[in-house]
Amino acid sequence: MLIRNQYITALANKGQREDGRKLDEFRQTRIEANPIANAEGSARVWIGKTDVIVGVKLGVGEPYSDKPDEGVLVSNAELSPMAHPDFEPGPPGEKAIELARVVDRGIRESHAIDIRKLCIKEREKVWMVNVDTQVMNHDGNLIDASSLAAIVALRNAKMLHYDEKTEKVDIEKRTGPLPLLDIPVAVTIYKIGGRLVLDPTYNEEEAATARLTVSTTGDGQIAALQKGGTEPLSLDEIRECFRLSVEKGREIRKLI
Amino acid sequence: MKRADGRKADELRPVTIKVGVIPNANGSAMVAMGKTIAVAAVYGPRYLHPRFKQKYEKALLNTVYMMVPFSTNERVRPGPSRRSHEICKVTREALEGVVCLEEYPKAVVDVYINIIQANAGTRTAGINAASVALADAGISMKDLVASAAAGKIGDEYVLDLAGKEEEETDCDVPVAYVPGQDKISLLQMDGKLPPEDVEKVIRTAIEGCKQMYEKQKAALRERWVQKG
Repeated sequence: MLIRNQYITALANKGQREDGRKLDEFRQTRIEANPIANAEGSARVWIGKTDVIVGVKLGVGEPYSDKPDEGVLVSNAELSPMAHPDFEPGPPGEKAIELARVVDRGIRESHAIDIRKLCIKEREKVWMVNVDTQVMNHDGNLIDASSLAAIVALRNAKMLHYDEKTEKVDIEKRTGPLPLLDIPVAVTIYKIGGRLVLDPTYNEEEAATARLTVSTTGDGQIAALQKGGTEPLSLDEIRECFRLSVEKGREIRKLI
Repeated sequence: MKRADGRKADELRPVTIKVGVIPNANGSAMVAMGKTIAVAAVYGPRYLHPRFKQKYEKALLNTVYMMVPFSTNERVRPGPSRRSHEICKVTREALEGVVCLEEYPKAVVDVYINIIQANAGTRTAGINAASVALADAGISMKDLVASAAAGKIGDEYVLDLAGKEEEETDCDVPVAYVPGQDKISLLQMDGKLPPEDVEKVIRTAIEGCKQMYEKQKAALRERWVQKG
């Protein structure tokens, strides 16, 4: 294990990678829109061998008392034991919770969803937007893959009809699209050895000492940050992460 | 710019640090940043159960962040929440880079952080307390970690948001800083801002961390350096 980390680190310091990619090069990224018929919106994203599905389900619930006219975004992530030998069954652990919250933050802070339009009756009823991430196969870079799948799923989501008389949601009746205002894209920059690397494989993630997720909006603003890993970063490195994220974000946005 | 509590834009809330507040712990500290009060206690390095969790090359750093039920206006439900899980993780990662865990193979260093009163900036207060508590416990460290948050209200870059400022700011950026290395060990952001502005917010937070660092050192000196 340690030997592999050393090998990957030594390669990165020379500007090289195990699979021959450039340090800032993503693996082949493929998006499938709406693979799940029963979800209001869904997307499956493959980045190399990493494979995630995000499904959006709508429900009706009570708004938060401090935001009586806003719909509610609820995010969850499941690191299924099917997806990697290290994943265990049971309630979401720290890693899954962080994944869900980072995906959530990118969507929430960019105000991607026009959440005011999700109010049915102020103080009483609003739409709950459940964004569920299911990791199918983990080969690194889950945050970027899941964030991409989430925004594509939201973009493909159709609103449901809520009947005020019967107070029921009509699952059969799908109305217009979910109101979206922006397409946030999360790009996570990893530090391996002395270099910054994008889209790491699982093995490369193991060798990384720090990471910074930078979510950017369509107009090049930063909408959320999350640092991970134990190594501190310098402000110069952070600035370079911003630049990389804005640049890559632009490329990824073209795939959507 | 006039802030609600009369502070200048680049001013921390009044900081009080007390070292050695939990007699049973190997090290402990209380950090108050305005009305936010964090208490941290360190136990260890000690034997790690169960054994399969032990790491042969270093100690495990275990951080538990918790808000006590009466710490906020609305009662906090006891037990871990998704938010607290995440804060435990980022707190651990913020500290791990400075703690010489390789000196204590197979052991665990437990850091318990209780927020007994909350008024914005609980994770930064928690990290400040934990860092001082680790030093108080005599655990080998490369440096202290100092933490502060910053934001942007209107055109002003504002240090250490408190109370309603959390709602007024364009962004909330908690930062933990390792002064000796001039590096950042915790960085999160909620909000939306151009990259150049984000950098200015980070710089504002770093200046706050530097002030906090001095107060942390002073508190440790007061506890451990003989006077006269």
